[in-house]
Amino acid sequence: MNTMTTPTADFRTARYAIGELHEFEAADQAYVYLVGAGAIFALDEGARAVLNALREGEMSHDEIVGALLAHGYSAADAQDLIRELLFVRGIVSDRIAPAIDPQPTAPPADFPLQALVLNITNQCNLACTYCYEFGADKIATPQGKPKFMTLETAKSSIDFLLAQSGARENVHVTFFGGETLMNFKLLREVVLYANEAAAAQGRSMTYSLTTNATLLSDPIIEFLADNDVGVTVSIDGPAELQDARRVYKSGKGSYEVIEPRLKKLIARHRSRAITARVTLSEGVTDVLRIYRHLKDELGFHEVGFAPVTNSGEQDYAINGDGMSRVLADFHALAQEWLDYALENRMHGFSNVSETIAELMQGVNKSHPCGAGLGLLGVSPSGDLSPCHRFTDADTHTLGNIETGIDAEKREDFLSRGHVSAKYECQSCWARPLCAGGCHHEAFVRYGDTGHANLHYCDWIREWTDTCLRVYGAVAAQNPQFLERFATRKGQS
Amino acid sequence: MKHLKPINRKAQKIDDLAPAAATPADPMLEDDVVALQQKTQHPHVPMGCTLAFSPGWEVDAGGGTAGLCQPVERDIYDCYVTCFWPVQVPDHVNYSPDWASNCSSAAKDWRNLDLVFP
Repeated sequence: MNTMTTPTADFRTARYAIGELHEFEAADQAYVYLVGAGAIFALDEGARAVLNALREGEMSHDEIVGALLAHGYSAADAQDLIRELLFVRGIVSDRIAPAIDPQPTAPPADFPLQALVLNITNQCNLACTYCYEFGADKIATPQGKPKFMTLETAKSSIDFLLAQSGARENVHVTFFGGETLMNFKLLREVVLYANEAAAAQGRSMTYSLTTNATLLSDPIIEFLADNDVGVTVSIDGPAELQDARRVYKSGKGSYEVIEPRLKKLIARHRSRAITARVTLSEGVTDVLRIYRHLKDELGFHEVGFAPVTNSGEQDYAINGDGMSRVLADFHALAQEWLDYALENRMHGFSNVSETIAELMQGVNKSHPCGAGLGLLGVSPSGDLSPCHRFTDADTHTLGNIETGIDAEKREDFLSRGHVSAKYECQSCWARPLCAGGCHHEAFVRYGDTGHANLHYCDWIREWTDTCLRVYGAVAAQNPQFLERFATRKGQS
Repeated sequence: MKHLKPINRKAQKIDDLAPAAATPADPMLEDDVVALQQKTQHPHVPMGCTLAFSPGWEVDAGGGTAGLCQPVERDIYDCYVTCFWPVQVPDHVNYSPDWASNCSSAAKDWRNLDLVFP
């Protein structure tokens, strides 16, 4: 006679607890966001009952079944509920050892590049007081280095990108500064060269640039429109907010100069989205008013906001009250985004759209962004850096366009930045999207690119929860709309 | 799955992998294969502290005595005084005779043990 214990008898001795998840509700529907995977599931009443019961503490298999039977569920239902929740790790058994978190490892040596950010000049015609490149918290050390990128360096960069991007059909170049348009002559020649170089390999190249808009002229606008160059404008809002910190060296505000140029750009350039990137700082926290002005009065397609990067000691940093105001306005705009979505209309608030796109894929990031992985920055001298924010910073050089990537430094950067290396993130449910936050911000704030951005944690969790609820509401009421975000964060 | 409805792509991938219905040897209820290199889950106890409350029988978080902060013989009288970790320790018996009065059975009532401030 076979006296061995059968596997099905085994599980009855297990005790179950709630797995790592974040529960939320939207449109009268309960959901879970599963942290290990980045997956989102809608729960039925039974699944909800199991999680509610387990909130009091661990329970054995039979106790859960008993509780479900008492609530009118059949034994088969109870069994199904447990097995499904176990399968997705919404609940975990004490007898199944969770897999050990993958420790940071070196990225594959042949990880293909997706994009290069070319800092074609480190010079700027504005003197914005909060600038991370020139302001009080700057980390750049441009002394004695070229101020403008040469055509030779730019062409080498394009060749480097094509050589290092493996089999990717489409690769991307972002032009950056300083003020990018101070070297427009180079930008134009690079686009023409890169188009040819990519076409010769049967591949394609797309472009974007970031600018303060002060130097936009008719010929430049024509060129950008004709070549499908995406444009992001750094702008802080209507005149008095823009002119608070986005000023010329004389202290004079820049709004008056850029307004007519922006209107021309937006009217003429229809081939790519024209987006505004707002830096929120002390006194510039009226998100609703800024959004209305940029979207409705100037006509930007999308507007994205981020608080100013700072070491925590600058007078332009937003204080706690300011951040509460920002979050309250973010919530109001998120609600508006949802109202639009339910009417099949796209809303221009980028901060929601970007998060929704990531939630739709279910991203689970090893690193907060692609810096040092698929993306590198190139300084005017040809030095490589993790991204444009580290340009010309000797502390963060990752090689040179002529000599290639410094594998050792890159590995150090990526090992530090890996989410598993950030102790505080291990117990946070928002880590699949946040992964500890911006490497550059961490360096400015804590002196280590691998430090979690702890000053943002509560804020990020609250914002992620808001976006989850927007996502849940759309998934329940207008699921087709989400398909529009399928390719926004897709890999090419 | 019947009770969980996937609403993003990652969830859909998980759902695609889920076996349809309960079977006698149900892969969804069976334990994962646990290889030798997998750690079993222990509560987090810092090395240096003891898991056992009986003086003279202390073991460290690894089940031995090598990781205790003091030699086992010493902790009866000195563990509490020099311990870096703010937790009840056996020598409260000497310094605070009532430290365990709310805990008649350590295995059951250990939550009632309180911190003692000399």
